[in-house]
Amino acid sequence: MAMAERTALRERVLPVVAVLACVLLLWYGGAVGLNRAGAVERVLANSHPNGYSSADLITTTLNMERPVLPAPHQVVTDLYASLVDWPLDSPRNLLYHVAVTAQSTLVGFVLGTLLGIVLAAAIVHSRTLDRALLPWIVASQTVPVLAIAPIVLVILGSLGFSGVAPKATIAMYLCFFPVTVAMVQGLRAPQRIETELMHTYAASRLQAFWLLRLPSALPFLFPSLRVAIAAGVVGAMVAELPTGAQAGLGARLLTGSYYGNTVGIWSALVMSALLGLGLTAAVAGIERLVLRSRGAR
Amino acid sequence: MRRGGGVGRLWPTLIVAGLAAVALAWAVPAAGTVDAPPRGLVAGLLAVLLLAGASVRQVAALDGRRWYGSATAALFGLWIVYFWQVGVTLFDVPRVLLPAPSFIGQMLLDRWDILAGDFVQTVLKAVLIGWALGSGLGFVVGVAIDRAPFLQRGLLPLASLTSTVPLVAVAPIMVMWFGFDWPSKAAVVVLMTFFPMLVATLAGLQSAGKLERELMHSYAAGYARTLLDLRLPMAMPFLFSALKVNATLALIGAIVAEFFGSPTVGLGFRISTEAARMNMALVWGAIVVAAVTGSLAYAVLVQLERKVAFWHPSIRSR
Repeated sequence: MAMAERTALRERVLPVVAVLACVLLLWYGGAVGLNRAGAVERVLANSHPNGYSSADLITTTLNMERPVLPAPHQVVTDLYASLVDWPLDSPRNLLYHVAVTAQSTLVGFVLGTLLGIVLAAAIVHSRTLDRALLPWIVASQTVPVLAIAPIVLVILGSLGFSGVAPKATIAMYLCFFPVTVAMVQGLRAPQRIETELMHTYAASRLQAFWLLRLPSALPFLFPSLRVAIAAGVVGAMVAELPTGAQAGLGARLLTGSYYGNTVGIWSALVMSALLGLGLTAAVAGIERLVLRSRGAR
Repeated sequence: MRRGGGVGRLWPTLIVAGLAAVALAWAVPAAGTVDAPPRGLVAGLLAVLLLAGASVRQVAALDGRRWYGSATAALFGLWIVYFWQVGVTLFDVPRVLLPAPSFIGQMLLDRWDILAGDFVQTVLKAVLIGWALGSGLGFVVGVAIDRAPFLQRGLLPLASLTSTVPLVAVAPIMVMWFGFDWPSKAAVVVLMTFFPMLVATLAGLQSAGKLERELMHSYAAGYARTLLDLRLPMAMPFLFSALKVNATLALIGAIVAEFFGSPTVGLGFRISTEAARMNMALVWGAIVVAAVTGSLAYAVLVQLERKVAFWHPSIRSR
């Protein structure tokens, strides 16, 4: 057991750690290289008028106020300061913005998933919908549907909706497409012999759906949910851009770029990456729980 | 359970539905000329709606030819556009909420020079260059680390994780680094398209079976020969699916990156500024351009795949 764990560590974890270390090194190197010109011009020319050592140069480039590329420790310090120094409901605390974005993502994700499952069930049972609607849903995957986000915002805004609703709507329709396509596939996954068995049990359509089709669709549903939640995060963040929203990771990115606050942009970027990873991990965790409770190995 | 029959039995429904639709469209007054929609016309709209539903049902019930499926979808799409047009005119929906399709079409014609400029800026510069660079880079890196299992095991988990990260959020940073013009958008696209291609290349190179590899080995074929003659051809379906996914991702990336700041041209710029000015017809026009571009790119890639990987079982079975 210990042996197996050790090889697993060497086979899986070590390479990832090595690559991450390389990325970190490259990042520091890039920070020195990219910030060099600014550091020489704006800081070192004043503080060291008589020439500077390379150690001076490196420490200056890694601790600039408005760097071209902030060093990793600057981002970490900024994140830590924002998380610890401010109360949770303060707009200075990044967790507040994470919560705002996560809220609209999750509302949209739940609604989009339900809508997708219902529509997929309808498509599987109706030949008309299957032939008339499904091709359009599949084709919409090749189209940048995110581009209609500003339209949705304007329409919902002029109808008097504000706050979570418009953002959740955009997250919803982004989540809905992959779920529908995958669920149609999944609900059709049962073999003929299985549907015929249900038929010999005199199972009604509802029973066949509940006992056969839905369980066999689960392995198709969960991968699409992971795609959907990632798309939902992007949708919620993009929805925060044109509204002049004050809160949310997207708004945070935009204000950061207005004021040239590079470190702030990077912190928001790291937080949105963590949000995406966290939500996907949560979906994967639910997937494991559900599949295990259904007796899958 | 097979319903329907020949195409001939369809004509009555189709003709009646079509005539009713034309009559209704002719009877609907121009938007803004009457205060409330006349009752009779609303009833007429419901009647055409029922007829349309019946016609789609009947076409959907047809069996036998492959094109019946696409015909159903096309008919359904036509009806949607028709009811969009008639509904918007009849109920006098404000243009800010939903412009009529005819108005959007008019806008496409009137402002095609603006939209053509946006197309050149966003699609031909940012998307095409970014997509080619990102996919090319992903492919080259994938082939390069093919002989380094250690690097593969390190990069693959991280590359797969990037699909859960909102990469498009790097747009403000790229704008800072590369300026407002298309290079910053292309950089976002490169970042978004690189990882899917890397993952697909690595998976595709692994997809050649043991039997085929041993055959190559027994021919005394070296690494390069095996790569060129066996493993790269076997990887083609993987590469093409990554190219297709990347085409959509690249369009999304370039358009969304323009929301963060751009010169006064580009599809994303057009969408965000005209939406802020409530000129929704032009926004819809830009979206039509983006949608047509996305579908065309996909269609071209599918055709290319058929040419390149015509021998592959996944193509031949279609």
